[in-house]
Amino acid sequence: MFHWLEQRPFFFAVFVFIFVAFAGIIEVIPDFAKQSRPTVGTKPYTVLELAGRNVYIKDSCNACHSQLIRPFKSETDRYGMYSLSGEYVYDRPFLWGSKRTGPDLHRVGNYRSTDWHENHMLDPKSVVPGSIMPAYPHMFTNIADLDSAYAEALTVKKVFNTPYDEDLNGDGKIDVKLGDYDSAIATAKEQAQAIANNMKNQKVKDAVANGQVPEIVALIAYLNSLK
Amino acid sequence: MQNGARIEYDYSVAKAFTFATILFGIIGMTIGVILAFQLAFPSLNNLAGEYGTFSRLRPLHTNGVAFGFTLSGIFATWYYVGQRVLKVSLKESPFLMTIAKLHFVLYFVTILLAVVTLFMGITTSKEYAELEWPLDILVVLWWVLWGISIFGLIGIRRERTLYISVWYYIAAFIAIAMLYLFNNMEVPTYFVSGGIGSWIHSVSMYSGTNDALVQWWYGHNAVAFVFTVPIIAMIYYFLPKESGQNVYSYKLSILAFWGLLFVYLWAGGHHLIYSTVPDWMQTMGSVMSVVLILPSWGSAINMLLTMKGEWQQLQTNTLIKFMILASTFYMLSTIEGPIQSIKSVNAIAHFTDWIPGHVHDGVLGWVVFMVMAALYHMAPRMYGREIYSKSLMDTQFWLQTTGIVLYFTSMWIAGITQGMMWRAYDEYGSLVYSFIDTVTVLHPYYTIRAVGGLLYLIGFFMFSYNMYKTATSGRILDKEPVNASPVAA
Repeated sequence: MFHWLEQRPFFFAVFVFIFVAFAGIIEVIPDFAKQSRPTVGTKPYTVLELAGRNVYIKDSCNACHSQLIRPFKSETDRYGMYSLSGEYVYDRPFLWGSKRTGPDLHRVGNYRSTDWHENHMLDPKSVVPGSIMPAYPHMFTNIADLDSAYAEALTVKKVFNTPYDEDLNGDGKIDVKLGDYDSAIATAKEQAQAIANNMKNQKVKDAVANGQVPEIVALIAYLNSLK
Repeated sequence: MQNGARIEYDYSVAKAFTFATILFGIIGMTIGVILAFQLAFPSLNNLAGEYGTFSRLRPLHTNGVAFGFTLSGIFATWYYVGQRVLKVSLKESPFLMTIAKLHFVLYFVTILLAVVTLFMGITTSKEYAELEWPLDILVVLWWVLWGISIFGLIGIRRERTLYISVWYYIAAFIAIAMLYLFNNMEVPTYFVSGGIGSWIHSVSMYSGTNDALVQWWYGHNAVAFVFTVPIIAMIYYFLPKESGQNVYSYKLSILAFWGLLFVYLWAGGHHLIYSTVPDWMQTMGSVMSVVLILPSWGSAINMLLTMKGEWQQLQTNTLIKFMILASTFYMLSTIEGPIQSIKSVNAIAHFTDWIPGHVHDGVLGWVVFMVMAALYHMAPRMYGREIYSKSLMDTQFWLQTTGIVLYFTSMWIAGITQGMMWRAYDEYGSLVYSFIDTVTVLHPYYTIRAVGGLLYLIGFFMFSYNMYKTATSGRILDKEPVNASPVAA
């Protein structure tokens, strides 16, 4: 059998493919067939939060921070309720991370404030003495890419039926409004203004007042949404 | 060509990839050492503004080493081994020659673009699949070119039976093609939204738990089919060639090959233990990771037994030393991985420094050592010259071995310390340590790791220098050596 195969490269390759693909078919397909449903209260990200999420990805925050609380007492005591599958249904890509050089962030919105994040990103040691995290001063001057975030929201709405502009709880209110480009950007800027009001960096405040959203504002919007 | 005439192999593409291996090795490992020092001394993070932080450099390091260094090494050896075991020269087919050259150029350009985009922070964030969609398409293009090169050479071969190494190259080609395609399914937002925002931005086809599942099905098997399978292809060719010994057991090589292919893909689930993927998948990942010891050790034992009765070569031939060390580290890594996959161990090990420790004893000990040994073996035959310096080789060997040992021992201790501290409770039922306590305690281990990495890097520079001197000023050989690569004093 093997001698026969070793002289027939085509069949050899086919056999290799079957052997390799077998596990993938059995492992991956069943979970895809069973569509993940959102946990009650889980909402799609707003445009500003998506822009912040993209800042989080751009600077690879996920290389050092996980977003996955394991079902151990030591973790639920430290970070809060363990993570559920349905909480991630609007996460594209997932950001679980694989290494905790810093703490888990899945519920960081419950116990850290805008002010804390602002200080932390500018000088981590000022709020956590002994921290080995780099400072991210460029986030205070770089402008967040709201356009790409809007394009992303529109894409997931169109392609994956992510429920923007929908009433999720049946209370007659639209939960996360996307709307057209102009209104979406305007809403994002309003949200940014609300966050900037709680910040103290004057340059950031000025930029937001001038209709620009620095990366730090978007990032904080995203971090505050993690609950 | 007449029977008995010597085949003139063409090494131009193998040489080009050898150059790329060394270049990307230097870049990738230098960045790795910088990262290690940044963890021990955080003030090093902000020397180059936003472009010098740990977070920007980390994906550059992993991509640089995995897809810059290792893939170049795989391609370099393929363009050398492929011709030889199939008994054909690239020269005989202008078509395959063109494909091979195009393969190199396109590959090189892609890696350079990867460096630029990752520096800019353009990343999909999925580990070892960080490149955005335009680069993914380039990757697929040159991967297909490599496939044409493999099957093209096989198509015009003179040797009827495919040698073991060729099996492994074929497996690497097919598996990575499948894994890469599925994991990198993305929707470019620019086109769907009708031209808004950045054209390079995309969104993953899968969400949340499913995305994680596909990612680690890919992520673990990128390790399998980049860091394991093609490196086994190398050792199956270069160890017997260098030592002049036959492979110990043909049956064992068949068993290990098909066993590895069948079991490896199941093991991805061990990255997701205690996560939100279904429990049966976590258990399956855990169990199959333990089963994986069998085919892994099968290959390694087959290699070690190939040296049966010839162990004195360890003292006389430095290259044998490199290869045996590589096989030994392969055994170490493939027992360590399964141990980490056991649920109770994983509860402590996951998210800690033990994981990078494990990756690095595998990559530094097994992959890089084997690739260097392969290139050392190829050099006298490609350039027709003796290897420049034996003493440099020996010094390099011991320097790098010391480096690896410092690296993995410090990371084992760091990881287990961290894991135990995270879960420590006092007698009143409260957590003993705040998170930052578990960070600051690691400083000595991070320093040791950085020093270990630095020693290894210095060794790699010695290797690069030795290769450069071999190619340019090694003593000229009048005929090709049969086994044991000739080394100048």
